[in-house]
Amino acid sequence: MLLYALKRLLGAIPTLLLVITLAFLMVHAAPGGPFDDERVLPPETRAALEAAYNLDQPLHRQFLNYLAGVVTGDLGPSYHYRDYSVAELIGNAFPVSLQLGSMAILLAVLAGVAAGTYAALHRNTLLDRIVMGLALTGISIPVFVIAPVLVLLFAVKLQWLPAGWSGNDGAGRLILPVVSLALPQIAYIARLTRASMIDVLSSDFIRTARAQGLGTRAVIRYHALQPAMLPVLSYMGPAIAAILTGSVVVEEIFGIPGLGRFFVNGALNRDYTLVLGIVIFYAALVVLLNLLVDLLYGVIDPRIRRR
Amino acid sequence: MSRGIKVCGGILLGIVVVALLGPMLSPHSYDQVNFDAQLMAPTTSDGHLFGTDDLGRDLFVRSMLGVQVTILVAVVASIVSLVIGVVYGAIAGYAGGRVDALMMRFVDTLYALPFIFFVILLMVAFERNFLLIFVAIGAINWLDMARIVRGQTLSLREREFVEAARLMGASPARVLFRHIAPNLVGVVVVYVTLTIPQAILVESFLSFLGLGIQEPQTSLGSLVYAGVAQMEGASHMLLIPATLLATILLLFNFLGDALRDAFDARGGV
Repeated sequence: MLLYALKRLLGAIPTLLLVITLAFLMVHAAPGGPFDDERVLPPETRAALEAAYNLDQPLHRQFLNYLAGVVTGDLGPSYHYRDYSVAELIGNAFPVSLQLGSMAILLAVLAGVAAGTYAALHRNTLLDRIVMGLALTGISIPVFVIAPVLVLLFAVKLQWLPAGWSGNDGAGRLILPVVSLALPQIAYIARLTRASMIDVLSSDFIRTARAQGLGTRAVIRYHALQPAMLPVLSYMGPAIAAILTGSVVVEEIFGIPGLGRFFVNGALNRDYTLVLGIVIFYAALVVLLNLLVDLLYGVIDPRIRRR
Repeated sequence: MSRGIKVCGGILLGIVVVALLGPMLSPHSYDQVNFDAQLMAPTTSDGHLFGTDDLGRDLFVRSMLGVQVTILVAVVASIVSLVIGVVYGAIAGYAGGRVDALMMRFVDTLYALPFIFFVILLMVAFERNFLLIFVAIGAINWLDMARIVRGQTLSLREREFVEAARLMGASPARVLFRHIAPNLVGVVVVYVTLTIPQAILVESFLSFLGLGIQEPQTSLGSLVYAGVAQMEGASHMLLIPATLLATILLLFNFLGDALRDAFDARGGV
């Protein structure tokens, strides 16, 4: 198992290298420099600025410097927030996004699996159709439509929950962002669970368990749930990526000072180093979480490891 | 063909026709600012069917323009991803062996990446123009297509008619494009239908963040964003484009699902 984990970890390195190279080249292929937007600078000032940020060196030197920095966790200075380094900005903003994202994932898995199992047990009844219809709707509606509509309904019209982040303490301010992030994933996981649960429930070992007199509850809990969860587990990778993407708009809508917000502001301000740093951070996060999911898969389903 | 496919297709066609004809029939234009008619609620009296926005521009015409842009981007982006995906997948599947393994390994690697962030990076790095948006969105959606086409090609190339063509001296390119490609059409059509809503999603996501279509041009994503800012006083500005976007996405997803079910019995998610 340890060997398998190590092998997978090494396999992630080329991917990360590809990400860094691609992102770096994209930013540096851009026409214009980071100081073009400001008032016209005297040539000496400009040269001094470029020297300070190492922009006067040839591209491959800059890349090697950057790569060396990334390895040691140094993503360079931010062009826009001049007093901060990119690593500091990410370090400050990420915990907020992490809290939001992990709660959304948790909610998505719990609610999605419950709804999918329910639909599978009552397949082809009216309730199944309703749950699946809702799930298709949930998949279709993007986060940036769900979130404002929820705000309009629960914060503006009914005034049950706060709409913003700052000025509101406590758990209340988390509800709307987490629910908006989780809803599409709940829908997708419900569909996945229903399909795989129907598959599992029609297999022989379930018939045996039932024949031994086990009730539906016990059959689901002790026999069907674990194998039925495998497709859900392998969806976790894309789900994490989707929640990261969603967090960008959710943080924008609710004014949450998380990583996604910095990313969008960086993109609009053309803060190249910040955007580059966050893209690399996001990609590394997704790659590592995917790795974790794969390892978990190996724990639940030992057949995988032998391949 | 089930009734669902016809109904969905019909409604989508209807939306496209209204989106194309509506702005011509309306007395207002999409960028005509009117400070005497700001944030008007929907009314039938003076042609502002969907009301007006914060600059007094007619929301009906703007929404229809948004639908046009959104569908245009989605269709063109899907064609881009179709071309890349089919060519890549067919070559990998037909070549087989190590070439196939290597090409698919590359796809797997790309699969793990949060591609949308690269698109944003691209949008930051270069001037935002229509062409770039098309290509960028198309470039992220070809992976699924490549996988599916490869799988189909792998099984098709073992069939007798391919062998027959090869025996008669047809070159690999001719076998691939004259004999195998026509048999891929069914699968490809189904997956393009499923790619379109994804492309719509990416485009409106970018426009929502202000990184896609730029003012005074508009798309449903930018309209939703404008609506978020005004939702306390004028909720129609949020609800109308949001409903339109959700409806179009739902119809495409439903259509894709139904087409997939009609083409193969595997079903699935």
